[in-house]
Amino acid sequence: MFAFLHKYASLMHFYRLSARWSGWLALATALLMAYGLYGGLVTAPADYQQGDSFRIIYIHVPSAWMSLFVYMCMAGAGAIALVWKIKLAEIWLRASAPLGASFTFLALVTGSIWGKPMWGTWWVWDARLTSELILLFLYLGIMALDNAIEDRRTGARAAAVLTLIGVVNIPIIHYSVEWWSTLHQGPTVSKLDRPSIHIDMLIPLLVMAFAFTTFYFAAALARVRGGILAYDRNTNWVRDLVGRGTVRGHG
Amino acid sequence: MAEFLAMGGYGAYVWSSYTIAALVLGVNAVLARRAERAVLHALAHDLNGDDDDATA
Repeated sequence: MFAFLHKYASLMHFYRLSARWSGWLALATALLMAYGLYGGLVTAPADYQQGDSFRIIYIHVPSAWMSLFVYMCMAGAGAIALVWKIKLAEIWLRASAPLGASFTFLALVTGSIWGKPMWGTWWVWDARLTSELILLFLYLGIMALDNAIEDRRTGARAAAVLTLIGVVNIPIIHYSVEWWSTLHQGPTVSKLDRPSIHIDMLIPLLVMAFAFTTFYFAAALARVRGGILAYDRNTNWVRDLVGRGTVRGHG
Repeated sequence: MAEFLAMGGYGAYVWSSYTIAALVLGVNAVLARRAERAVLHALAHDLNGDDDDATA
């Protein structure tokens, strides 16, 4: 088990193994999105209360889920980076931050656009919206802190500490619609015994959520591979890799 | 088709949401791809600067 972990934690091995993962994940994203978009925009029936405006759900909810999921991935990577000093965890955390910030931004913007026709306002300072906005600032703060510290590893560790402190915001976001009165609707899907959503509306939503997840891993992997090269820039394997690239480039 | 684009009167809200999502995800995909290439280019540049053996 530890030998296995060690092998995957080795930057060189991870770089070589991941060469194809990103491409397959990108392909999976394209197929899932095509199916999810068709299901969400075309075959799903209009909502009996919200009409066709509810179709914003197919990007709003996956974005919002991913804004939390990416943060939890970063928190896990941050804990591993701090406790075991594993470089790959530092690189993963750094690679995830801009993606998490993007999903959070999308959740806020699409929620706002959905709120205007349904609630009659673009924005309210209630618990769900405010805590999600704080999440966006957390992501931006983590990226800024990391960038402000010149030493790569020190920056990653500082970012990891800030990430772990910010974890307190995650349950607040999740339970905000139950703890405080809000305009935001309560959970629709997570009531697994009896989800209050029609199956033809639910399946495209789950497919889109899956597509956003594969998108995250595809994009994060591409960033991680760049991070690995930067971390190991003075090792022989990166020099060999870059050297070969140079020969090809001149040939 | 016109009916589909109208989205029951919510077309502006629905399509602006989907357009923004497409832009944000598209930019992320491009930036992620570029990130690895940028490092490779920078390293190749460094290598050529101080180590000519690399091209031999």
